[in-house]
Amino acid sequence: MQKLTASELQLKANDLRQDVIEMLLEAGSGHSAGPLGTADIFAALYFNVLNHDPKNPKWVGRDRLVLSCGHICPILYAALAESGYFPTEELKTLRKLGTRLQGHPHNLDLPGIENSSGPLGQGFSQAIGMALAAKLNHERHRIYCISSDGEHDEGQIWEAIMFAGKNKLNNLTVILDRNNIQIDGYTEDVMPLEPLRDKYEAFNWHVLEIDGNNIHEIMDACGEAKTIYEKPTIIIAHTVPGKGVGFMEFDYKWHGTPPNKEQAARALHELRTLRGAIKSEHE
Amino acid sequence: MKIKVENKKFTGLGLAPLAPDIGRADIKQVPTRNGYGEALVELGEKNPDVVVLTGDLSDSTRAAEFAKKFPERFFEVGVAEQNLMGIAAGLALSGKTPFVSSYATFSPGRNWDQLRVSVCYSRANVKIAGAHTGVSVGPDGATHQALEDIAITRVLPNLTVVVPCDSLQTKAAAIAACQIQGPVYFRFAREATPVFTTPETPFEIGKAQLLRDGGDVAVIGCGPVLYHALLAAQELGKEGLSVLVLNNHTIKPMDEEAVVACAEKCGAVVTLEEHQVSGGAGSAVCEALAKYFPVPVEMVGMQDTFGESGEPAELIEKYGMGKEAVISAIKKVLTRKKKGNS
Repeated sequence: MQKLTASELQLKANDLRQDVIEMLLEAGSGHSAGPLGTADIFAALYFNVLNHDPKNPKWVGRDRLVLSCGHICPILYAALAESGYFPTEELKTLRKLGTRLQGHPHNLDLPGIENSSGPLGQGFSQAIGMALAAKLNHERHRIYCISSDGEHDEGQIWEAIMFAGKNKLNNLTVILDRNNIQIDGYTEDVMPLEPLRDKYEAFNWHVLEIDGNNIHEIMDACGEAKTIYEKPTIIIAHTVPGKGVGFMEFDYKWHGTPPNKEQAARALHELRTLRGAIKSEHE
Repeated sequence: MKIKVENKKFTGLGLAPLAPDIGRADIKQVPTRNGYGEALVELGEKNPDVVVLTGDLSDSTRAAEFAKKFPERFFEVGVAEQNLMGIAAGLALSGKTPFVSSYATFSPGRNWDQLRVSVCYSRANVKIAGAHTGVSVGPDGATHQALEDIAITRVLPNLTVVVPCDSLQTKAAAIAACQIQGPVYFRFAREATPVFTTPETPFEIGKAQLLRDGGDVAVIGCGPVLYHALLAAQELGKEGLSVLVLNNHTIKPMDEEAVVACAEKCGAVVTLEEHQVSGGAGSAVCEALAKYFPVPVEMVGMQDTFGESGEPAELIEKYGMGKEAVISAIKKVLTRKKKGNS
């Protein structure tokens, strides 16, 4: 796949955000904050970092993207459709009867989906299994796993972190969406996770900390992870939940809520005018 | 209820060849888990995609021999069953055939959600071996005696559930599981139990096995406790009762045809398992009979209680899964059968 430049990726992230708003409005349920907050990460991965071929989704040599926090799947679906895995018109079928775009992703339904997820913590372990298989087969592709901060409440996540550190899985890059919110409130109120950097370092991981809404930093961090030979890499990506839509940003109430019609129109206007920076809406 | 009893010749199932020394005190006894260990080594030699994972239980699940022979394909996950199942799913989604070796109380006991979503919903080709099932685990006590694993696995779509009856059949089941594309759960036990099948006894997942033909009552069960049914049948034979014994080793997909045929032939059924009677193998039999051919049923197994510490034989006796319990269930069901017909 042709790799986009940083400025093209920023526009692509904006497109993905618009897809997300339109999908959630149509579905009438689903999560808003996470998908918007990680749009830059998904744009960078699918249109630059990942070595993949949407026309050949089962290609053995592809990099794997394992979504562990399945509830942010609207952004995954948008990235897959915009990459050419399936028609973008299908995005509007999210969560509807008979759809391939299940409320939480199902690996057997859609091309490009590596794993089923929803119950938190499970994708992280599956990513490890895939990394082990690649090592056994002497294959050079990488495994990327997107995990959420709320997900780090799960014991399974820490079991997985221990295992990956012990086994020096340098072909594994985990991107942690550190947006500080979960369903019941702010992560540090619900169940404090800090100091995350120290914890990962103690478990023998290479730790990078970035602005997860900055395309340059995302690409640089993914590049650096490839150069680490003795450890798995965790990229703690500080993101703004609801990024790109002013009234959703930083507010945990948008974790599991979709916009209504009026809110969606406002959100799309914001995204299309880059918050009023340009006069006419681009589409 | 009028029960139809036909004395027709049993068809569709051949009599399985059995060991000649059934009922003798010196019958060879081997733990079923040994068969699993042997199968792993054999599979490892034949199939480079076979990998084995354990959660700090390589020796007692008999995965250790595989670990010694194929260290690069063996993964020690530590006491972390959720991660254990998840890693296995990831390996399977990358084309490997992982065998997950742990105690059934922990796996699928502690990682049922991972089994449900990462494995079954994803149709990941993972084989789950649940060791230390039944009260016959013995002195370790109730915490380590898996008595619910059949119930929690047979409700999962895409999952095959197998309960082999002796070490030879456990080996055959592990090898057969490897040949199936898709997740399989199979359980085995800790104690040495009689080897009553032979290396020539055929084994096919989904195909029940006629261990003994009979016409008065059918004992339909699974696992090493089936030996008690054979003993009961021998003893009752002396009283002139003809007891059929069916090894219903595949709980899912169950051989409904064979189960119904046995019920039809005998008009009374005793189910037998070393597991809770609710939700387990006996329940599966009752579901099929309720749908296709209702007959009086007595269920031998754990009666909604936990186990405790003790010697395996004592526990089997106390919790009513031995020969005497089978005999009394047979007598009870025959009384009901008689009443139903009069």
